[in-house]
Amino acid sequence: MNLDFTAEELAFRDEVRAWIKQAYDSELKQLMSQSKNGYLDKAGQVRWQKKLAEKGWAAPGWPVQYGGPDWTPTQRYLFQSETAAAGCPIVSPMGIAMVAYVIMEYGSEAQKRRFLPKILSTDECWCQGYSEPGSGSDLASLQMSAVRDGDHYVLNGSKIWTTHAQWADWIFCLVRTSRDAKAQSGISFLLADMRTPGISIRPLPSLDGPIDGEQEVNQLFFENVRVPVENRIGEEGLGWTYAKYLLQFERGVAYGSLLRYLLAKIRKIAKQQPAGGGGMLIDDPDFRRRYAELAVRVEAVDAAEMRFFSGVESGTAVGAMSSLFKLVGTELQQDLSELAVEALGPDALPFVQDSFAEIRGRPASPRPIPDHVAAVTPLYFNYRKTSIYAGTNEIQRNLLARHVLSSAGVRG
Amino acid sequence: MDFDYSVEQDMLRDTLASYLADHYDFETRGAVVATPAGWRPKVWADLAERLNLLGAAFPEEYGGLGGGALENAVVMEELGKALVVEPYLGTVVIGGGLLKQVGGALAAEWLPRIIAGQAVLAFAYSEPQARYSLAEVATTATKRDGGYVLNGRKTGVTGGPWASQLLVTARSGEGISLLLVDADAQGLTRSDYPTIDGGRASDITFHDVFVPAERLLGAEGAALPLVERAADEAICALCAEAVGGMRRMLADTVAYASQRKQFGVALATFQVLQHRMADMFTALEQSAALTLVATMKLDRPAAERALVASAAKAQVGKAAKLVGQAAVQIHGGMGITEELALGHYFRRATAIGSQFGSTDFHLRRYADLSLADAA
Repeated sequence: MNLDFTAEELAFRDEVRAWIKQAYDSELKQLMSQSKNGYLDKAGQVRWQKKLAEKGWAAPGWPVQYGGPDWTPTQRYLFQSETAAAGCPIVSPMGIAMVAYVIMEYGSEAQKRRFLPKILSTDECWCQGYSEPGSGSDLASLQMSAVRDGDHYVLNGSKIWTTHAQWADWIFCLVRTSRDAKAQSGISFLLADMRTPGISIRPLPSLDGPIDGEQEVNQLFFENVRVPVENRIGEEGLGWTYAKYLLQFERGVAYGSLLRYLLAKIRKIAKQQPAGGGGMLIDDPDFRRRYAELAVRVEAVDAAEMRFFSGVESGTAVGAMSSLFKLVGTELQQDLSELAVEALGPDALPFVQDSFAEIRGRPASPRPIPDHVAAVTPLYFNYRKTSIYAGTNEIQRNLLARHVLSSAGVRG
Repeated sequence: MDFDYSVEQDMLRDTLASYLADHYDFETRGAVVATPAGWRPKVWADLAERLNLLGAAFPEEYGGLGGGALENAVVMEELGKALVVEPYLGTVVIGGGLLKQVGGALAAEWLPRIIAGQAVLAFAYSEPQARYSLAEVATTATKRDGGYVLNGRKTGVTGGPWASQLLVTARSGEGISLLLVDADAQGLTRSDYPTIDGGRASDITFHDVFVPAERLLGAEGAALPLVERAADEAICALCAEAVGGMRRMLADTVAYASQRKQFGVALATFQVLQHRMADMFTALEQSAALTLVATMKLDRPAAERALVASAAKAQVGKAAKLVGQAAVQIHGGMGITEELALGHYFRRATAIGSQFGSTDFHLRRYADLSLADAA
């Protein structure tokens, strides 16, 4: 066992650092300082992801044959750490880190040729159509119908919590193609062009306020939407299998580097906020203790991720580890955002810049605030979603309990 | 021991609740919050004239109904349930409370105006470097020409845009003085902005603002004890408001969990969610009780009063976070949208957490007070 990086790995890290310094320009940084959820507006997001694609770094997890960079797990870890530490935008996962894997694993050759290059280059943006108004964590209860009509499916129903649907060129959805069998076996996995007639978008304003005038989530309505049968992934009725395969990518790993970025943000706030009574918050013993408690929790999840990444797996099921990381990672995101709000003290109260103000009917005269204060309270509100999406944390605990108890023969 | 409300207090609560049910539904509130004004002077006038409610906590000699802190708590809990933005806290609890403390000519002149709804007050005490400290005051009041000249900057003045008068803390010599300043005084500039909870606040700059000597509350340089007591009264009132908000969040959550189905059954049938709602109830009931105890002890000696006020604020701060976060979690994605009332209660609960001191601040104050003479 050896935790030191090799000379080659250190050289790779330096290369990443040098590239970030040049590619993550001041305009992107300025946009990012106002971001409430780690994303930029669409133009900024596409600009950033295209830079990554030109360098060949847009899809660290992809196989080389589809344009992946052929990195070792350690290189992937270093890349994530460096981009997170620099506060770079999150790469939108719906295309690159989600549907692409399903296409690679279960798609036809034609689908691979049609979709993967444009996902990689960010020429086409994707959104995810899983949840429905009545089906959240109980995903298999979804109702959106797809009725076969010649070489098309006709879709009717509604999807909700669709992140950045207004940016998307394509959507991948779970639809019900049969109501005969048990809930899971009547589901198919379809790709739909967002410009197909019959698809409409309703923005869902959320508590944190939108990013630069664009809402994060939407509700979608499908009214007699005709999708060619050739856009179905794999076999009809096996969509649940593909969805479960995708879910482990959605829950994902690699929280550690993002959490370290949040810790750095808190330190920055604490250095600039007065403690009241003369000193700064960074020297306040109560703050230091709370910071240290959270930092130790981050160390623990980061260590577990490094170990997982490096392939030193102790026979633990991947599914269990993805539930573990989802659970502790999102709870830390929430707790860190909470400490950030408290670190601001009275400065947490002003509502931040809201360029969406007019259509939300909100007065558009925000208090001018420094960058380190911007977006802190909205992030706290935004992060309430993390324990809800991709299977609530209650569901993750059930899955973990089932894993832990399985050896005792107890069924969850 | 008697935790029962009087007949009059019950009537006060029922009158207000019924008025708010008729005039303060969630949709109307949302529309009003979004207007440039951000509040409804008509509601304020109703509270004063139709309900005669702004005088509930003041002695009869000023035109009030003879009540006190408990009446404020009754009112604030109802305002919390309906998510009311109008400035009862700043005007009646803090502004009126400070005037009641000093008595004399200023109280005789201004309390009747507050009770009649004609004077709206805001408390301008916080400064950029102060965080939650009441004693960290850099704004100066210099004696000149039979009055005082104010210079300095106040931040985060809640309800600032709506106020006709401001109560301003300022350093004079070694001590802190408190002045009643007209909001349109010459040399005063205000920058207004919305707050996360649907309210309004201002940052206010004083540049050679002249205040006549008769607008000084209490003795020059001796206002800190007045301000500390007013802050403890504000804390108790905020705790009562938070209790009202928590009651609503728990009720909404129970209703939602009972009708929303997952895996073929109501959410409320899952034990893990039942336990979470039990924890919400537990946190809420203790908060409600401790808030009443703190409110009843506002007249005790300063150290005793401050100790239990800090206990209440710390307890309520933790509870409001627990209740709010659990309510959002159990509602799932809907809890984070602007469409349900719940999210707006959560935002208000979050804001209350950083008004007049966070949980951490009050835990420390509690420790300082309770361990002071432990040898």
